[in-house]
Amino acid sequence: MSAFLALPPVMRIMAVTAAVLIAASVLVAVLRRARPAADFGELEARVRSWWVMASVFFAAILVDARISLVFFGLLSFWALKEYVTLLETRPADHRALFWAFLAVPAQYYLVWIGWYGMFVLFIPVYMFLFLPLRLVIAGQPQGFVRSASHLQWGLMAFVFGLSHLGALLRFAEPLPGPGVDGRTLVLFLVFVTEMSDVLQYAWGKLFGRHKILPTISPNKTWEGFVGGVLSASALSLLVRFLTPFPVWETLVVSFLICVVGFFGGAVMSAVKRDLGTKDFGSLIPGHGGVLDRVDSLCYSAPVFFHYVRFFH
Amino acid sequence: MRDLAQILFFVLIVRPFLALFIGLRVRGREHLSVPDPFVLVANHSSHLDTISLLSLFPLQRLRRIRPCAAADYFGRNPLVLGLSRTLFNILPIARTHIHSENHPIQRMRETLEGGESLLLFPEGTRRAGGEIGELRSGIAYLAEQIPGLTVVPAYLENMGRALPKGEYLPVPFFCEVRLGAPRRLSGTREQMLGELRGALEALQSGI
Repeated sequence: MSAFLALPPVMRIMAVTAAVLIAASVLVAVLRRARPAADFGELEARVRSWWVMASVFFAAILVDARISLVFFGLLSFWALKEYVTLLETRPADHRALFWAFLAVPAQYYLVWIGWYGMFVLFIPVYMFLFLPLRLVIAGQPQGFVRSASHLQWGLMAFVFGLSHLGALLRFAEPLPGPGVDGRTLVLFLVFVTEMSDVLQYAWGKLFGRHKILPTISPNKTWEGFVGGVLSASALSLLVRFLTPFPVWETLVVSFLICVVGFFGGAVMSAVKRDLGTKDFGSLIPGHGGVLDRVDSLCYSAPVFFHYVRFFH
Repeated sequence: MRDLAQILFFVLIVRPFLALFIGLRVRGREHLSVPDPFVLVANHSSHLDTISLLSLFPLQRLRRIRPCAAADYFGRNPLVLGLSRTLFNILPIARTHIHSENHPIQRMRETLEGGESLLLFPEGTRRAGGEIGELRSGIAYLAEQIPGLTVVPAYLENMGRALPKGEYLPVPFFCEVRLGAPRRLSGTREQMLGELRGALEALQSGI
């Protein structure tokens, strides 16, 4: 235990994550042994994908901030791609779409050079003004409002929202606490958000009775929501060493992250429902597309970032 | 020399572009393991169609796959012609001023008899929207003249969204190639075209 406490926070979170994943793998193996007749294929695929995702994520976070930003940029790019592929785009939208994708490297470049003012304005103001102009030049008024709103919404959620992961790396002020910095805050945010997703799923599968949003997402239940949010908030105390927060604040912040993350998942469910699909893609076995995995982060990243910025 | 240029082009540019930018997905790749010569038949909506289909072949086989390309379009100037010959090894096909020397069916038949395979877009041109257009009868004439000719159908999805006709800037929509089982066309020419169309439509609806 004391050896564990002597480790730097980044190593400790890796150990905690590995412990959680080993526990999950053991649990799946036990379940298989106990009930050989049941099919745990999807659960197995999910756990295996978690191992891969956790490894890739840590690799992207540990080495260098530039690599982390490129990685977050790729997440935004892939998520935006999954989203626009499902949209019913018009031929006249082609060039506007091209510019919308160019906003991805531009946004992460702004994060990298540390220009906070432009990072906050670029997509909500300048892309918002520019993309409709490009659509106007294409000269096709039918469906204009639809295209303009679809594009701007995608940029806000998947590029602006997710880029706050990068913003935590670059813009978090020097924080009190040994070894605590923007990077450990990213690790805290991602750990809590993803634990909340997993635990909501688990509680819902085990005890789910009362649907919370029946028309949007039939799999989300009150039992899953309450159980997942409370247990993930409690678990966040395990990784409090990543933050400068005292115990009470860790609980408050992670409760906020979990609830907001739930909203993110619900909103993306509504998007999927509207666009007529179950998953956004098939890149991650058992999970769907990248968007199916980062949906909660699109919401929790900006909220957590601004919490830290305002109160610390 | 040309072989090397094409291989380098596919390894260094085409494959990374399709994997990282387009995110190309392939279903039914095993159907391409048929021996040469055969005809790969696909719907056509984009220049990406040709490079996506060619990228599915092993590099040592690349040079033996000849995309049939409109001679009037790809031969419009020496630079375009040179590039499409070097990088894609196209088989130029006349769409106008046809005479016995440049007869399309004749050219395709000679190529197949020489042991090379063809990549053919029987709609004859790139179409807008995802629908399959009217199929030209060339493939049926070819199947009539070469008994036992193997045909592999392919449906390409979203290529026309990623790089439509008349655009040079690609947008990274996810694209998919769906390949169908190899087959031999039989019956009258109308029946052959009907059968081919049925196969393409089945792939279109994802079967």
